[in-house]
Amino acid sequence: MEYKSFLIKYAEIGTKGKNRYVFEDILCKNIRSALKRVDGKFLVRKEYGRIFVDCMEDYDYDETVEALQHVFGIVGICPVVVIPNQPWETLEKELITFVDDSYLDKNFTFKVNCRRINKEYPMHSMEINVEAGAILLDAFPELKVDVHQPEVMIHIELRDNIYLYSVRLPGPGGLPVGTNGKGMLLLSGGIDSPVAGYLVSKRGVHLEAVYFDAPPHTSPQAKQKVIDLAKLVARYSGAVTLHIIHFTEIQEAIYQTCPEDEITILMRRYMMRIAQYLAEKNDCQALITGESIGQVASQTIYSLQVTNAVCSYPVFRPCIGMDKQEIVSLAEKIKTYETSILPYEDCCTTFVAKHPVTKPKLADIEASEALLADKIDALLRQAIETEEVRKLW
Amino acid sequence: MEAYLDNAATTRVADEVREIVDRVMETDYGNPSSRHQKGVDAGQYVKTAQEIIAKTLKVEPKEIIFTSGGTESNNMAIIGGALANSRRGKHLISTRIEHPSVYNPLLFLEKFGFEVTFLSVDAYGHINLEELKAAIRPDTILVSIMLVNNEIGAIQPMEAIGKLLHSCNPNILLHVDAIQAYGKMKLFPKRWEIDLLSVSGHKIHAPKGVGFLYIRDKVKLSPILYGGGQQRDLRSGTENVPGIAGLGQAAARIHRNQKEKIAHMEQVKQRFLERAVRLEGVEDHSGEAPHIVSLSFRGIQKSEVLLHALEQKGVYCSSGSACSSNHPSVSGTLKAIGLEEELLSATLRFSFSVDSTIEEAEYAVRVLEEELEKCRKFVKR
Repeated sequence: MEYKSFLIKYAEIGTKGKNRYVFEDILCKNIRSALKRVDGKFLVRKEYGRIFVDCMEDYDYDETVEALQHVFGIVGICPVVVIPNQPWETLEKELITFVDDSYLDKNFTFKVNCRRINKEYPMHSMEINVEAGAILLDAFPELKVDVHQPEVMIHIELRDNIYLYSVRLPGPGGLPVGTNGKGMLLLSGGIDSPVAGYLVSKRGVHLEAVYFDAPPHTSPQAKQKVIDLAKLVARYSGAVTLHIIHFTEIQEAIYQTCPEDEITILMRRYMMRIAQYLAEKNDCQALITGESIGQVASQTIYSLQVTNAVCSYPVFRPCIGMDKQEIVSLAEKIKTYETSILPYEDCCTTFVAKHPVTKPKLADIEASEALLADKIDALLRQAIETEEVRKLW
Repeated sequence: MEAYLDNAATTRVADEVREIVDRVMETDYGNPSSRHQKGVDAGQYVKTAQEIIAKTLKVEPKEIIFTSGGTESNNMAIIGGALANSRRGKHLISTRIEHPSVYNPLLFLEKFGFEVTFLSVDAYGHINLEELKAAIRPDTILVSIMLVNNEIGAIQPMEAIGKLLHSCNPNILLHVDAIQAYGKMKLFPKRWEIDLLSVSGHKIHAPKGVGFLYIRDKVKLSPILYGGGQQRDLRSGTENVPGIAGLGQAAARIHRNQKEKIAHMEQVKQRFLERAVRLEGVEDHSGEAPHIVSLSFRGIQKSEVLLHALEQKGVYCSSGSACSSNHPSVSGTLKAIGLEEELLSATLRFSFSVDSTIEEAEYAVRVLEEELEKCRKFVKR
């Protein structure tokens, strides 16, 4: 027995009224693009409110399922056995083989669910449900019928061909990427920001990302790590455009001019300003950060207020209410964790004060920024001009 | 301008080496164990490499066994030497400044009942012969001492060590990690009474993944790899013919006019050093080796920042040694020579090769001066 097709189930996009076809088309496109990573030829098609992925030649089952499990908008993936249209007498036998091959242990409750799209088929779906249930009970005495809460739902779909499926593998859920604009992710190399990117992208948002590089205070390994993380996030979000901003001079100017305990918060504000500039230039509608209330000094609610004050764009912080362990669990799930914990510093410890402010006041911070007034515009311009752009997927 | 001064980590493969590696991969790709002509042809490359190397050490070709590199050579010498001779005793001697590929096999042996004495070193990284003599016991079977230290370039008095050791007990095996020494100084394994000597290819402009172990005739050694019995049953596994051919060529190249080459390296090193030590707050721990400079910088918290600053100007060096960078703790050698705590993480190694130039050294030291000053401005307050 070989699965020749996958039935793709999607939930929320079914509710979007007239936009539905747009959502479906984007989902199909994203599926095609995800399957480019997999060897084999696939046909992705819409049919009667369903999306099918037909496998046109030899393919690797596990790889294919894994690729599909990275496409937002998919809630379920059903591997389907496709057999030619045929009368019930022979279909019976195919059905028995299908169940026999699919389940080693037949000790479960089941229900048969037939859909007759091909109205030429001589039996009604109700008849088939009853008949199929009976012959399966005959063939496998351990089976039990439960029409209310079956452990296994055996689907028979009568179309041009006949489709048999019963397994449903989970998809990642969410909405197809591209149905909801674009966000600019501040990617640091830590655990949180890739998770934040994943969570926002899950709601259908394309990602661009910005990394603030500060050589020689940060190493080439730290930069490579961020590139690797962007690639891992891109497995879900689709291609990510990474903007690498040379931040050294700004960081050094802050260090030399401003109070030590405010360095981090001041840095964050300039990072947000640059990120917002890039967001505007690249048609993004929001900024995304991995901040979580109270995790570090620069993420107390007071610090967040002061950081946020420089932004007119909405700033999405999907990890805001999550505990570290919850973020870690998600990072493990999306496989960014191991890369995130590589021991390369994202911003050199030189610039982290022993006792940073935890309750900064906007007026104080603005006063400190005023100390930089004579040079900061030039430094910001220089940082933006030396931007390095990498498209990653 | 670019100045690659990390040649103790690895070197660029020489053109003539690349050509022979290429030829073997493209044309003479046979397996030396095959009985047909292609096998014979491949075998010739191995034999030639053995002969070239033997000549550079004044030893017999059959005393050269090819390995995957320095780490395997050290493992084979120490583990293989200890296992084959454990009936005579289970005591080993080494030093506190060995490379991890010596140190860790010794720790491995400790788990199997071997006992290891680690000798201390003085401020210059030299062991004390009296201490060595006192450490020798009736059950001592193997002594492993590196010739040139990879972090500071200190050279041990190997001839005296060999004589001392074998006057106490002629059966003790002397293993020498000569990975930083081969091609950088004259070596006399026979005269110095060395039993086992490790060399790595990529430190002398051969490719990575190949090295050799000199095993003095009559020395008993257990293999650490078992399989098809290649290389006299000592090192199973199809010979890495392209790598071995490249290693042979690299050995020949580095020993061509060796005296001039060593003098050249020494000159480049001195040019770099004489200017570097004049910079403020610089402390020099460089040993006798002609290619290694080790400097500590006062007022720098992490030498890695300085390293990256130099890198931006095309000057490549290393903090500690590339191998200890995998475990970013502080260096064993620097601790062992008694470097003060503050300087342990403020030290850089610059290492030269026969291809390094005076211009590179001058450029590097100029850049060092500029960047050092800049970096000192950005320390944690």
